[in-house]
Amino acid sequence: MISIKNLVKTYDSLTAIDNVNLDIYDNEVFGLLGPNGAGKTTLIHILATLIKPTTGSASVNGYDIVKESSKVRSSIGIVFQAPSSDDMLTGYENLKLHSLLYAVPIHAREKRINDVLELVGLTDRKNHQVKKYSGGMRRRLEIARGLLHKPKVMFLDEPTLGLDPNSREIMWKYIDRLVKDEKVTLILTTHYMEEADFLCNRIGIIDKGKIIALDSPSRLKESLGGEIIKIELKNKEESMKTFVESILKPYDFVHKVEVNDEENVVIVYVDNASRNLPTILKAIDNNVKSVDFRSPTLNDVFLKYTGRHIMAQQEDHAEGGFMERYAQYENK
Amino acid sequence: MLREVLWKDMLNMKINKNFIEIELGKLYAIWLREFKVFLREKSRIVASTFTPLLWLFVLGAGFGTIATNPSAISGTGQIASGGGPGIDYQKFIFPGIVSMSIIFSSVFFGSYIIWDRKFDFLKSVMVAPVSRTTIFIGKTFGGMTTSLMQAAILLVVGLFLGIHYTPFSIVLIVVIILFLSFALTSLGLAIGSYMESLEGFQLIVSFVVFPLYFLSGALFPLNNLPPWLSILTALDPATYAVDALRNTMVGITGKNPFVLDIGILLGYVIVLGTIGMLSFRRMKAV
Repeated sequence: MISIKNLVKTYDSLTAIDNVNLDIYDNEVFGLLGPNGAGKTTLIHILATLIKPTTGSASVNGYDIVKESSKVRSSIGIVFQAPSSDDMLTGYENLKLHSLLYAVPIHAREKRINDVLELVGLTDRKNHQVKKYSGGMRRRLEIARGLLHKPKVMFLDEPTLGLDPNSREIMWKYIDRLVKDEKVTLILTTHYMEEADFLCNRIGIIDKGKIIALDSPSRLKESLGGEIIKIELKNKEESMKTFVESILKPYDFVHKVEVNDEENVVIVYVDNASRNLPTILKAIDNNVKSVDFRSPTLNDVFLKYTGRHIMAQQEDHAEGGFMERYAQYENK
Repeated sequence: MLREVLWKDMLNMKINKNFIEIELGKLYAIWLREFKVFLREKSRIVASTFTPLLWLFVLGAGFGTIATNPSAISGTGQIASGGGPGIDYQKFIFPGIVSMSIIFSSVFFGSYIIWDRKFDFLKSVMVAPVSRTTIFIGKTFGGMTTSLMQAAILLVVGLFLGIHYTPFSIVLIVVIILFLSFALTSLGLAIGSYMESLEGFQLIVSFVVFPLYFLSGALFPLNNLPPWLSILTALDPATYAVDALRNTMVGITGKNPFVLDIGILLGYVIVLGTIGMLSFRRMKAV
C-alpha cells in the first residue's frame, strides 16, 4: 500500500528524515513510535504530498508522491496533529465543505456525511459550531472528515495528543471501530507506548529520522528476551552478585542476567516469570531482600535501541475556541 | 510531444462529464466557507461598517466647514468647479469612503490566510485534491463578496446624503467595486502567502492599507498636487476606482475620463491577480 525507498529530507543543516526504507501493507494498522522531533510528522507530511522529499521516492496506493500528487491526495485521508476544522462552521458544514473538495458524488454525499458522523458519535452535535466542541470531539470530527471520501489510506498524526486519559480511551475505541468498519490502511504516529501497543499490528520505532526497529509490538517486546525480574539482594558484597549470576545462567528459561553496578540489584530476563520465579528464588536461597517482575514495555524496547527513554512531550491542549487558541498562540 | 499531452488532457476532460461540475463544486465550497464565516463574525461586520461611517460623518462634517468656504483654504477649487459652489465635502468624499471600505476589507480579507494557516485550516484544504488556482479564485470571490456587501451598506447610507442612483449607475458602481476588490484581495493574498507569522499583520496595515487609502485621492482632489505626490497617487490602483466612482456617483469628472479609469483598473486586476496566483502556487503548505 505504501512503499518508501531511501527517503531523505534535509532542512539546511538538519536531517529530518534519514534514508528511510519502509513498506506498509494493505489493511495494516501501522504505528510510527518515537519521541518529539523524531521525524514522524515530517514523514507523514511527505507521504501526504505536503512536503517534497530531498531525495528518494515513495508511493502511496500505487501513486508516486511527487509525480502523481493529486491522485495520492484523492486516495488518502489525514488527521493533523492540531485540529484543522473551521471553528466558525458547524460540524456538518465542515464535512460538507470537504465532501465538495474531495468530489464525493452528489447522490452519495448526505448519506456519507451522516455515516461518518455516526461512526465518530457526533450525530447529535452536527449542527453545533465547532468552537463549542471539546478537544476530543474536535479530533473525532477530523477523523470523520478524513473518512468522507472513503480513502484507501488514513494518516493519524498524534490522534490523542493533549486529550485527558478518559477521552483518549474513547478515541481508541473509535479508531478501533473505524479499522473494522471502513477497512482502511491506517498509519498513526504517537509517542504514547500504550497507544501503539493497543492499536497497532506493526510498529516502526523512529528516532532522529531513522527507523531503528520494525516489528509487531509483541515481537519487539519478545526480542528483549522474555519478562524482567528485578532481584534486590541482602548481601552487599560484589562477589554475591557474580555468584547469583553464575547460579542462574545455566537454567534454560533464563535469557540474560544483568548485574547492576550501583545497587545490589540483579536483573534477570526470563520466559514465563510467574511460573519460574519460585525456582529462581529457591536457587539463590536466602539472599533475596525484594523481588519485582514485569513484562517489558515498548519503552524498554526504545531504551534498548537508543539508550534513552521516550521523553514525555509537552502537552498541547487543543480545547476551546478561537480566542483560546489565539491566547495559546500569544503564549508561544 | 507537449501538444499531444495537452490534447490527451483535454480529451480526458471531455470524457469526464462531471469535470467542470466538480471544479465548480470545489470553488463553491471555498467561497461558501468565506461567506458563512463573514456572516457569523458579527463584530467584524459592525466594526468594518462603523469605521467608514466615522470617517464620512466626523471627518466629512469637520473638513466640510473648510471646504464649503473656499476662502478658508486654497486648493478646493476642484470641488467648487466640479459641482458648482453647492456640492458639499461629504458628497465629495463619499465615493472615497466607499473605496476605503473596499481597500480595508479586501486587503484584510486576503491577508487573513495567515490565520487560516495558523489554525491549520489552510493545510486541510491544501491536502485535498484541489488546485492552488481553485483555492485562490475561491478566496478572491469570497473577498469580492464581502467587499460588495459592506459597500452595499454604505451605498444605502449614500441615499441620505443625496446621492442619486440609476439602474445603469448601480451596474457601473458594482463593476468598479468588484474590480478594485479583486485586485486588492489578490494583493492581500499575495502578501499573506509570504508571511509566516501574525506579527507582520500590523506592517500590512501601516505600509499597505493606509498608503493605498490616503494616496487614492479619497479625501482630496488630485489636481494641483506636488509632483512627488502625483506620481504616488498615479501608482495606487484605488485612485482609479475613486475617480471612476466619483464620476458615476456625484458626476464630478475627475482626473481621467471614466473609460481610462476602468481600463487601468482592469490592468491592475490582471497584474495583481497574476501575482497573487503565482504567489499562492509557490506558497509552502506547511
